[in-house]
Amino acid sequence: MTKAKDHSISEKLGIVLFLLPTLIFIGIYIVYPIIMSFWLSFYEWDGISPKKEFVKFKNWSALFTDSVFWHSLTNNIKIIILSLLIQIPLAILIAIIIDRGGKKFDIFKSLFYLPMLMSSVAIGVLFKYVYDPQFGLISAILNLLHLENLAKDWLGDPSIALYSVIAVICWQYIPFYMIFFIAAISNIPQELYEAAKIDGATQTQYFWKIEIPLLLPSIKTACILSLIGSLKYFDLIYVMTEGGPAGATELMATYMYKNAFASFKMGYGSTIASAMFIIITTAGLIAYFATRQKEA
Amino acid sequence: MGMRKEIKKWFIVFLIIWVLIADLPFLFMAFTSFKTQMDLLTGAVWELPKQPTFSNYLTVFKGNFISYFKNSVIAVSLSVVLILLISSMSAYVFARAKFKFNNALYSLIIAGMAIPIHVTLIPIYLLTKRIGVYDNIFGLIGPYVALSLPMSVFILTEFMREIPVEFEEAAKIDGCSFFRIYSNIILPLSRPALITVAIYNGTYLWNEFIFALVLTSSPSKRTLPLGIWDFQGQYGSDIPAIMAFLTLSLLPMLIAYILGQDKIIKGMMAGAVKG
Repeated sequence: MTKAKDHSISEKLGIVLFLLPTLIFIGIYIVYPIIMSFWLSFYEWDGISPKKEFVKFKNWSALFTDSVFWHSLTNNIKIIILSLLIQIPLAILIAIIIDRGGKKFDIFKSLFYLPMLMSSVAIGVLFKYVYDPQFGLISAILNLLHLENLAKDWLGDPSIALYSVIAVICWQYIPFYMIFFIAAISNIPQELYEAAKIDGATQTQYFWKIEIPLLLPSIKTACILSLIGSLKYFDLIYVMTEGGPAGATELMATYMYKNAFASFKMGYGSTIASAMFIIITTAGLIAYFATRQKEA
Repeated sequence: MGMRKEIKKWFIVFLIIWVLIADLPFLFMAFTSFKTQMDLLTGAVWELPKQPTFSNYLTVFKGNFISYFKNSVIAVSLSVVLILLISSMSAYVFARAKFKFNNALYSLIIAGMAIPIHVTLIPIYLLTKRIGVYDNIFGLIGPYVALSLPMSVFILTEFMREIPVEFEEAAKIDGCSFFRIYSNIILPLSRPALITVAIYNGTYLWNEFIFALVLTSSPSKRTLPLGIWDFQGQYGSDIPAIMAFLTLSLLPMLIAYILGQDKIIKGMMAGAVKG
């Protein structure tokens, strides 16, 4: 009897001790910062001086009339839309082709996967030079095809810089979604394909009537991932353009970074960060519940 | 699966075009890294280096490459070890222990996966300065561990729930303590999930940029992604040297990928396949 009691005491102690490190880390580095971010958004502060001025909703009202912030949010939204329209269909197409090819196409899988091994920073720096009008790969390809007149200053021209950046984002993430869909396709039972064949279904019919409907849950997950990811972009764009030229590629995250760490406006930076938190969480929840209801 | 000849031809054309799109930038990078500045200025991009030179790699090694690399290895390996230890402990509790707030607490921690890290950036920067670990590799470990925990706890808890309870019941009868069951039974059986968590966090942290950018400032304290950024700022016009730096920084991942392709892919996808 006493032994059993000892056991349950040591188990309770064990539970507390085993949870403590997680709770401490998450408390200090996630919970506290979120509260602190919102709290700082009501102050004007350079982050250094002891003087922290309470300004109530001044930062928030400034945010609502800050055209740069709205412009950067618009850029984020453009990235979401174009990422969804380009990445997901292409990734599905490539995944299906590779699946149809069987073992023989494994080499393609490995070759396509390479961009995923590179960090966003490395990709950003590499493409700065791929896009270089003089020494870059793109202008070399255009020269080779005798299309010199199509050459542009891909990252320097404000009217096309955002699209040049989006192209790199697609280059970076298509391999990820490709692997994602290859895994999803391999979960479709082979019997369904055999049955469809016996019923005389063509490849196209099989694709639209069986494969796509069965992939729908994965497509939804991929769309949510892409949506949330697109709202958070920083590394790649900061490295390639720093938000320029003339704010053409400014995003919420780059704008937040510049305010907080280049202009030392910690209060306003926190306001942008808090707004990002609200926007991303809301978008995530809406996407999650919207896709969930349809499944039921 | 069978394919009609006509379609198959177009598929292969498409795949070859895609190989070019996906991999030409890597060839451009590797070739350029062996060129001299003169080759670059006078020859076409397609031309092979007239006399392949290693001088660009020498330039990279004369800089801080080794130090960046070392810092990355330290920051990432310490973080991953801590993540594995801490998340497996909590996961064991969440998977097995019966107490009142188990589910509520678990859900709360898992909700951390949805937090955009940017909202934590400014407060963590201020905190890091205040507790005196700014511009110190150890200042990175706190946020690295904390921000990796929700996903890691999630993966490990779901895995441990699948381990048959009979193993522990037998051990309990033999008088094994809570801690002994965790270390001698649960941990060894969770190996596949631990490897996935290690790879997922390892690759993510190896490439982490924004916290390293904000929490460190001197080159001797910075990690490899920051090294790329610093080097690019310093040698902006020396394209071959930059390409040498990029090529070198890709090598560890490339080697890891060649050694354990399936495990790496599974680890990197772990974050996505939560739905």
